[in-house]
Amino acid sequence: MPGGRFAREGSLVGQVVKIGLLGLFTALGVWAVLPLYIGGNWLGIGLVVAVVGLVYYVYLSKRTVPAKYLVPGVLFLMVFQIFPVLYTMSTSVTNMSDGHRGSKEQAISAVESLSVTRTADSEEYALTVAAVGDPETGELVFLLTDAEGDTQVGDADGLSELAGATVEDSGKVTDAFGYTILTPAEVNERSGELEEFAVPTGSGAGIRSSGLSTAYEGRALRVYDESCDCVTDTETGDVYTADAERGAFYNDEGQRLPQGWQVNVGADNFARFLFDPAFASSFFSILLWNIVFAVAVTGLVFVVGLAVALTLHVPKMRGKVFYRVLVVLPYAMSSLAMYLLWRDMFNTDFGVINQVLGLRIDWFGSVWGARAAVILANVWLGYPYMFLVATGALQAIPRELGQAAQIDGANPWQAFRQVTLPLLMVAMTPILVATFAFNFNNFNAVWLLTRGGPLFSDNSTAGATDLLITYTYRLAFNEATAQYGYAAALSVMIFLIVSVISVTSLWRSKALKEVD
Amino acid sequence: MRFRSAPAITGIAAIALMATACTGGGDSDSEGGSAEGGLTIWTDAERADAVEAAADEFAEANGIDVSVDTVAFEDMQGDVLNAHQAGNAPDIFIGAHDWTGNLVRNGAVQPIELPQDRAALLDETSLEAMSFDGQLFGVPYSQENLFLMRNTELAPDAPETFEELVETGTELKDAGDVEEVLSMAVTQEGDPYRMNLLYTSGGGYLFGQDDTGTWDPTDLGVGTDESIEAMEKIAEYGEEGEGVLRRSIGLENDAALFYDGDTAFFVAGPWNLADTQEAGVDYEISPFPGFEGGDPASPYIGYQSFFVTEGSANSALAEEFVTNYVTDTDFILSLYEIDPRTPVQTEALESVSAENPDIAAIAEAGAEGIPMPSIPEMGETWQPLGVAQADIIGGADPREAMEAAAETISEQIGE
Repeated sequence: MPGGRFAREGSLVGQVVKIGLLGLFTALGVWAVLPLYIGGNWLGIGLVVAVVGLVYYVYLSKRTVPAKYLVPGVLFLMVFQIFPVLYTMSTSVTNMSDGHRGSKEQAISAVESLSVTRTADSEEYALTVAAVGDPETGELVFLLTDAEGDTQVGDADGLSELAGATVEDSGKVTDAFGYTILTPAEVNERSGELEEFAVPTGSGAGIRSSGLSTAYEGRALRVYDESCDCVTDTETGDVYTADAERGAFYNDEGQRLPQGWQVNVGADNFARFLFDPAFASSFFSILLWNIVFAVAVTGLVFVVGLAVALTLHVPKMRGKVFYRVLVVLPYAMSSLAMYLLWRDMFNTDFGVINQVLGLRIDWFGSVWGARAAVILANVWLGYPYMFLVATGALQAIPRELGQAAQIDGANPWQAFRQVTLPLLMVAMTPILVATFAFNFNNFNAVWLLTRGGPLFSDNSTAGATDLLITYTYRLAFNEATAQYGYAAALSVMIFLIVSVISVTSLWRSKALKEVD
Repeated sequence: MRFRSAPAITGIAAIALMATACTGGGDSDSEGGSAEGGLTIWTDAERADAVEAAADEFAEANGIDVSVDTVAFEDMQGDVLNAHQAGNAPDIFIGAHDWTGNLVRNGAVQPIELPQDRAALLDETSLEAMSFDGQLFGVPYSQENLFLMRNTELAPDAPETFEELVETGTELKDAGDVEEVLSMAVTQEGDPYRMNLLYTSGGGYLFGQDDTGTWDPTDLGVGTDESIEAMEKIAEYGEEGEGVLRRSIGLENDAALFYDGDTAFFVAGPWNLADTQEAGVDYEISPFPGFEGGDPASPYIGYQSFFVTEGSANSALAEEFVTNYVTDTDFILSLYEIDPRTPVQTEALESVSAENPDIAAIAEAGAEGIPMPSIPEMGETWQPLGVAQADIIGGADPREAMEAAAETISEQIGE
């Protein structure tokens, strides 16, 4: 690089760019801190400050050259890999699910506020929201007009007569002495207060607003009492006691209030699919099929891809480019659309496969039909990638080695088996491990073709072609209760399985390196 | 030296992401979804323009800002629940009435007090459907139900019974005019929503109801003798029987069969109307016929409704909007102009039915319908019941399949 004796300092342009980027980065840091500050999240602020400080240190110091290259990658790793894994792990030990999403306080406030009902034959009023004095801070009052057109004023102490107000036909008060009528926008500013505000009418009932222009008399039917940690239903007299184990209020008959809260359940979620017979049998049969699927697809794409690559590796062959383009086509198309096409092609009555071959195979209705279909479609979509990798690896192996083997009297199969393949495997093994890990969790490969089916009525949550990931998805996000805690536990399990398999295979592939 | 800055750029991007990741972790009180002084409405793309136009009027009348955001309908419930948990939910969103139970269970929606004169404007059944535990939780504005669509060129007369439908369809098939007797999506996993027509006509039921129409989750109808008999009747038309109902007909090809003239009868919904008109098929809408001598075939009625989120920062305006605007004839008609769906509001329904015979015919087809149960237990029935029904149509034993489904559902409800 030009720059004479300033070369070690870096060029002027480089410096300017660096300062500019650091400035931009500082701005980002400030932008990130603001909402944290409003939320009072000091830990988050500390983290942001620490990261900004680290970056400044790394990029302004002369001694941290390796870190300059490592820091971005490590930070990305933290954000996109480690943080989600930790978050999933923390969810997996809770009972987070529909009806158990939030905290106990939220559940209690929901129980109380959702039970406010109109008292029987209570009167409806036309409502005008007003304030005493300043519209923003003055005490809220309700100016109420009943069906006869009589006006009253309600404040936090109760109702009193209101005389001399100007009332429209709709019952809206447009002017009242001593009160400031609030505009819709001003009322809305104070929505939070309005939610809490009720004009007491005795025996726990109160007049509440419904929107900007009507009010009704209502009461909360369910009241929480801290001393017994229970909710009493004033209408039926039922007492629902908090159950900290299950995170909901239960009465004596074991009926619960719908609003529950999230509690820590320890290893229960894991115990459920590992030891509970009903779930464990599903889990282990799915795990077995999952491994078979990933091994079969990886093995078949490797064999097919390598075979095609070897065929097109023959030096004398004509039109190689044309064939290679043909072979890569499936890889070049959108896999999403291809899966849906394959799904339609496998249709029992209308699918092109059965029609062309004159078969009556119930592809998606039978266990092995569906499994074959899933593997077939995935091999078709996956082999071009292997072909590309294998072609590249073959180019790197000198042809003289094969020829030398043949001179030594090896037949072509022996030459391939003893010379070419071992050399090829050095480059291919990591790719195979990656393909295996990818297919192990290949959600689309199954969901878009069979949705994990066929499912049978004796076990309608686990299908014959379900992978762990599709099984987890069905548990967590189908129309039924979303079970995040349980799904997170399954995800952690998948993470462990894939990690162990990948690490061991990569570790064992080091042995192949000795070929070099 | 120039490439020295490349890692810096990525590093900065990484930290920005890191920082934003942290912000998600804190329990901030800032309302991301609903801004102070402005109303946020979430709707699906089909309705967005209509809602936007209507909301602008409301904004002008009250001197506030209204912003309308688009969320895919199938993601709406989950997104609202997640946003509510994170404290940035919208003030108002449009959803299906059968979500009510789950939304209430998660404390995500607030009860709505409709003044009597406003409630009187709406169809009574719709308000019952929107209620949970005796409380109203949303204001319904449109409804939809399944009906029988038939190709009038092939089948001029509406069938009175299901047997008659099969007979006509079979004659057409034998004559080579059509490929299929009836296009009714069964799918590999089953479709209890559609199958409910034949299931109820055969005498089956899902949950019992008390006198007030409240669903009783402890009275599960799936494994009962009535329901098993209904499924036995349905099995006669399945793959091992007449072959009218088949798992190979699913949501991806049921409509195409009808548009291409491959079948004269199609179990359709309002969402198929536009495409049918585009396909140029001469069609007529009639109620789906039940079994001869059986109960009426009862389609599920789904209500689309405006919900107000619990803890919305603009609850006063949000309540005002759903109580006084969503019940207003002109407002509903202006929505209908842009996005034609059968209104729930009585006056609007009358005026729309008068000018659009399809709407009237769909409403008539829904006369025997029942609102889809909105109790959270409903969600637990779809998968097991659907799988059992698909199994039975594929030739499984109805009793075994239904009893197994009943067991699964009871277990899941019990959890």
